[in-house]
Amino acid sequence: MIGMDDKLSFFKNGVRLDGRRPDELRPIKIEVGVLERADGSCYMEMGGNKVIAAVYGPREVHPRHLQEATRAIVRYRYNMASFSVEERKRPGPDRRSNEVSKVSREALEPVILTSYFPKSVVDIFVEVLQADAGTRTVGINAASVALADAGIPMKSLISSCAAGKVDGEVVLDPMKLEDNFGEADVPIAMTPNGDITLLQMDGRLTTEEFRKALETAKVGCEQIYEIQRKALVDRYSHMEEPESCNEAVAEGEI
Amino acid sequence: MSDEVMSEIRKDYLYHLVLKGERADGRAFDEYREIVLETGPIRKADGSALVKLGKTQVMVGVKIQPGAPFSDTPNKGVIITNAELVPLASPNFEPGPPNAMGIELARVVDRGVRESGAIDLESLCITPGENVWIVFIDVHVLDDCGNLMDASSLGAIAALMTAKVPAEQYGLGEDYPLPVKDLPVATTAVEFGDAIMFDPDTDEESVADTKLTVITTADGSVCGMQKSGTGFTSQDHIYRIVDIACERAKEIREKFLEV
Repeated sequence: MIGMDDKLSFFKNGVRLDGRRPDELRPIKIEVGVLERADGSCYMEMGGNKVIAAVYGPREVHPRHLQEATRAIVRYRYNMASFSVEERKRPGPDRRSNEVSKVSREALEPVILTSYFPKSVVDIFVEVLQADAGTRTVGINAASVALADAGIPMKSLISSCAAGKVDGEVVLDPMKLEDNFGEADVPIAMTPNGDITLLQMDGRLTTEEFRKALETAKVGCEQIYEIQRKALVDRYSHMEEPESCNEAVAEGEI
Repeated sequence: MSDEVMSEIRKDYLYHLVLKGERADGRAFDEYREIVLETGPIRKADGSALVKLGKTQVMVGVKIQPGAPFSDTPNKGVIITNAELVPLASPNFEPGPPNAMGIELARVVDRGVRESGAIDLESLCITPGENVWIVFIDVHVLDDCGNLMDASSLGAIAALMTAKVPAEQYGLGEDYPLPVKDLPVATTAVEFGDAIMFDPDTDEESVADTKLTVITTADGSVCGMQKSGTGFTSQDHIYRIVDIACERAKEIREKFLEV
C-alpha cells in the first residue's frame, strides 16, 4: 500500500498515471434499457465504475402520508454492493450513502416536471456494482438517462462529473488513487445550459483553483451530455411505431 | 405465492394453457430459459459472476477476508451468504432490511454451497482458534423475472470457482485459487395441479401455490431441498421433480461449470 507520506508523483511527462491528460475523462460506456422490470434503466461504466440505475413510476406513494397534493415526489436510493469496494462493505444504507442519495435527488429533481403527476412518486434506484471514485456522479448520469428511458417528462438531461487537484494541478474526473491522495474533490452536476444542480467540495483549493476546477468539471459535463444523448438516440432512433397505436389513431380512438 | 398482484384473467389464461400442455412463452414444462454466465465482471471482488436466466439477472460477488472462527469450530473457515433484493430489481421489492423472501433465498444458496461440501472449510484455517478465512457470498438481484433461486445458486458457485484467496494483501503468503470440490446446482419447479413446470417465470411463480427447489451435486445426489409456498405437494410429484432436477442440473453443470 502507498502511505500518505510517500512522495508520489501523479504525473509523468505531463500525463496522469493512467495515461490521461489532465482535462481528459475516463472511458465511458452507456447502455439504455437494460432491465426488464423497471420502467426505465441504464447501465453505465466510467473507468472502473460500474453502476446500474432503475426508475419506477410515476406510481402510487407508499407510505401514503408522504404524498403531495400538487406534485410527484422524487425518491433516490444510492446503494453500494458489498463487493463493490476493496474491503467488503456492510450491506445497507449508512451515513455516507444517505447523504449521497439526498444530494443526488436534489441534483435531478429540478429538471423533473413533477407537477404533471400529483400524488405520485418517481423512484430512482442506483446500485453501485464496482466503485472506482466518482460513483455519485456516475449514478446521477445513469439515473438521468434512466429517467428519460422511463419517459418521465423532464426539462433536460443532467450530466455530472468531478474535478480534483493532485500535485497542485487541477484534473478532470479523478480516479481512485487521485481521489484518495489528492488535495481536493469537486463533484458537480448540471443541465446542458450550464445550470448547476449539484456542487460539493472537499479538500483545499484557492479561489482561483476552485474556479479552474469548476470550469474543468463543466467541460467534462458537456462531454458526458453528448454521450448520454447519443446513447438515448441510438436506443430509440431505430424503434418502429407500435402498430396498435397507429391503428387506434386511424380509427379515431385516441 | 409471491406478493405480485396479478389479474384474474391472466391467471385463467395460464391455467387454460396448462390444461393444453403449454406455457405462456412456448417452453416445454421441463425446459429452462436461456442461461448466460459471465464470470469475473467485478474486479474489486475476489470472485464474481453475472447470471442471466432468460430475463432474470443476478450478480454474485465473493469477498474473502481473515477473521475469527466460531468458538465451536476453531479450525474451520466461515461461509456467510447474504442476498439483497434491492428495489431496483422489481416493483415489489422495497428498501430496508431483508424480508423473509430475501432471507430464504440467501439460506437456500448457502445450503447448496455448504451441504455439498464444495468449500473445504478446514482448508480455510490460518491459525486454529484465532484466524480463519471468512468467505462472504453476496447475491445482488438486478432484475427479477422469476426463479431467483436457480440463478443465484448458479452465480454463487460460479463466483466461488473463479475466486482467489487474497493472502498477499494480508501478508499471509501468495494468493491462491479458492479450492472448490463440488458443483452444486439448484433446480426449481412449480406445481400447477398435476403439471410440473421447471424454471418458472414471475407469472408462473405467482399463480402456482407450491414451489420446490432441489440442489444436486456432481455425483447426482441431492444436497438440499426447499419447498416454499402455501400449497400441497405429493410424494409422486416430489419424485418426479427430483428425477428431472437431476437431469437438468447435470446439463447445466456440464455446460457452465465444468471447464
